Amino acid sequence: MPVSYYIILAATLFCIGVVGVLTRRNAIIIFMCVELMLNAVNLLLVAFSKMQNIAHPPGSVVINGSDAQIFVFFIMVVAAAEVSVGLAIIVMMYRNVHSIDVNFLNRLKN
Amino acid sequence: MNTIIFCIPLLPFLGFLLTGIFRNYLSRQLCGIIASGTIFISFLLVLYVFFNHAYSPEAITYFDFISNPLLRISFAFQVDQLSTLFMLIITGVGFLIHVYSTAYMHEETPAHYARFFSYLNLFVFSMLLLVLGANYVIMFVGWEGVGICSYLLIGYWFKNNQYNYAARKAFVMNRIGDVGFLLAIFWIISKFGSADYSVVFSNATTIDTAEITGITILLFVGAIGKSAQIPLYTWLPDAMAGPTPVSALIHAATMVTAGIYMVARSNVLYSLSPVSMGIVAIIGLATALLAASIALFQNDIKKVLAYSTVSQLGFMFIALGVGAYTTGVFHVMTHAFFKALLFLGAGSVIHAMGGEQDITKMGGLRKKTPITYWTFLIAVLAISGFPFTSGFISKDEIIIAAYSYSKPIFWLTSFAAVLTSFYMFRLLMLVFFGSFRGTPDQEKHLHESPAAMTIPLIILAVLSALGGFIQLPHVFGGHDYLNEFLAPVVPAFSHGTEDIAMREYYLLGATIIGLLIVFVLTRKWYAVSTFEGKYSGFKNVLAHKWYIDELYDGLIVNPFTNFAGFLKSKIENSGIDGLVNGIGRFIRYLSRQVRLVQSGLVGNYILIMVLSITVLFLVFWNQDVLMGFLQKIF
Repeated sequence: MPVSYYIILAATLFCIGVVGVLTRRNAIIIFMCVELMLNAVNLLLVAFSKMQNIAHPPGSVVINGSDAQIFVFFIMVVAAAEVSVGLAIIVMMYRNVHSIDVNFLNRLKN
Repeated sequence: MNTIIFCIPLLPFLGFLLTGIFRNYLSRQLCGIIASGTIFISFLLVLYVFFNHAYSPEAITYFDFISNPLLRISFAFQVDQLSTLFMLIITGVGFLIHVYSTAYMHEETPAHYARFFSYLNLFVFSMLLLVLGANYVIMFVGWEGVGICSYLLIGYWFKNNQYNYAARKAFVMNRIGDVGFLLAIFWIISKFGSADYSVVFSNATTIDTAEITGITILLFVGAIGKSAQIPLYTWLPDAMAGPTPVSALIHAATMVTAGIYMVARSNVLYSLSPVSMGIVAIIGLATALLAASIALFQNDIKKVLAYSTVSQLGFMFIALGVGAYTTGVFHVMTHAFFKALLFLGAGSVIHAMGGEQDITKMGGLRKKTPITYWTFLIAVLAISGFPFTSGFISKDEIIIAAYSYSKPIFWLTSFAAVLTSFYMFRLLMLVFFGSFRGTPDQEKHLHESPAAMTIPLIILAVLSALGGFIQLPHVFGGHDYLNEFLAPVVPAFSHGTEDIAMREYYLLGATIIGLLIVFVLTRKWYAVSTFEGKYSGFKNVLAHKWYIDELYDGLIVNPFTNFAGFLKSKIENSGIDGLVNGIGRFIRYLSRQVRLVQSGLVGNYILIMVLSITVLFLVFWNQDVLMGFLQKIF
């Protein structure tokens, strides 16, 4: 499968994520869209790693393309931690303003 | 001896410090004692110097005033006959006026009373510095010192804005003259490499006459300002805003004669430049005539005396201009006696009248204030040139010297002398003869002044009457003691070979006849019971001082204030303030617009972030195109 397919899929996912973040006001949906963007990038990372391995098969080259595939797992772990923190923030926000609409978060404005 | 000489100006300075610093704690008596006492001790020290003949052509150097590789100006005193004579006048008359002031100023609060005396002491200090200095720079220090004291004392009653304006006028006019003096000092230093009198006078002949003329004219500009000559004389009549003893001390007896002292001191330079001397004589003559004509129809007792002072200073400059330096100095001395007496007498009259200065409201004070009347009469006789009073002998000499110099100057000077006697007798008649024209309250209040005021009057009256005898001409059996005394510093005037004795007798006769006519006329016109003080025609022009003040206001003061007003309203308010405020307003407007971006909505922030990142990516991808485009532009 050509690597461009992966790139197009990742770009599409990323754009969906960006549009979601920009258009929605529900904090949880925004959060999910952020995760979507994160995973689009993860997908790119894995795709490029695969492409690297095809161009330079194991044994013939110095650069080992498998690094990124391992790196993605680390990103997932960190993302999981981040999700827990983010959800906790949303819970706190709900406790304070009884809403998870981000447009309520303008109390510092005045 | 050096220490004693140093103490002469130091004592009044100490008096200034004491009365000035402790003005809130000193009682009036103590303050008067300190102020008068320091001057009196100075006077005794001057007498000691005088009787010990402690003169030397060498300057006494105390320390370096200015010292650098190019120029060295020492703080040095020159004690010679000329400076000693001036010191005698300053401390002697100064002491009498201090004593007089202790009584005259009795209505002031102690703090203001002390302020008055501290200024007065500072003035005496500055004036002594002026005459003692052994170079032009020290003279200039004193010169400026007396200027500031004059300013402070004219504006002594600072709650009256009119007086403040008068003080400012005096100060500004003096400054104009001072610029000339300062330029002359610079010129002297650049030519002689020193400002010391000894260096300058001994090398004067080595300098080009044109340059000497320039220097002497600039020096004379300084004298014009300080000694109130045309065109800078208008400050002196306004300076009458100050207390009367101040008018007597500063604006009659001492400070205004600083210009005469300076010219007499620089006689070596002036003698080398006939052009400058001619200018001095002509300015002096013009001032003497103009001021005398104005004095004829003034209704303020102090204004009459002020214009009289300007006129008498003109006489002194005539004497200097025709080369009779000692005569000029002699007239300074006699003038100090009789003009101080006139002012103090006027002060006594004003005191008796309860502050009234308008002579149309006086009259018949002869009986109520006998001592003031008799002393004032002696002063009037002296200034009018009654035979053998001090004023006669000094003015006589001026007129005779003018005759030897030029006939027109002689006639005009004589005419000015006649005017002098006329306005003085007019004043005498209006104040002391006729009948009282004031309010009944004032008439009830009339009284003779206390002893502290009358004793100085009597002493000055004796000096006015007899002070001239030290210079009695040979014709009348006298001996020119003053000429001899001053000979080492100031050369005596040589009359040539013409017959002086005859002229003296002619003048004596003419004076007696003239005074009789003036007496009869003024008695007829001014010893009256009602006096309006209104004039018409040419008299009105004279009463309005030839409209010179209005002319100056129209030509210089008003355009200047208008220009300043234009600068304030247009350049300052609209221009500079507008620019500064405009920058502020622009920034505020801009920030108000930018502030709207910060809406507090998370969505907006994210949108801006996304757009910015997109733009950055676009720029990054197309940077080659952009760089090429930028290079094309620049």
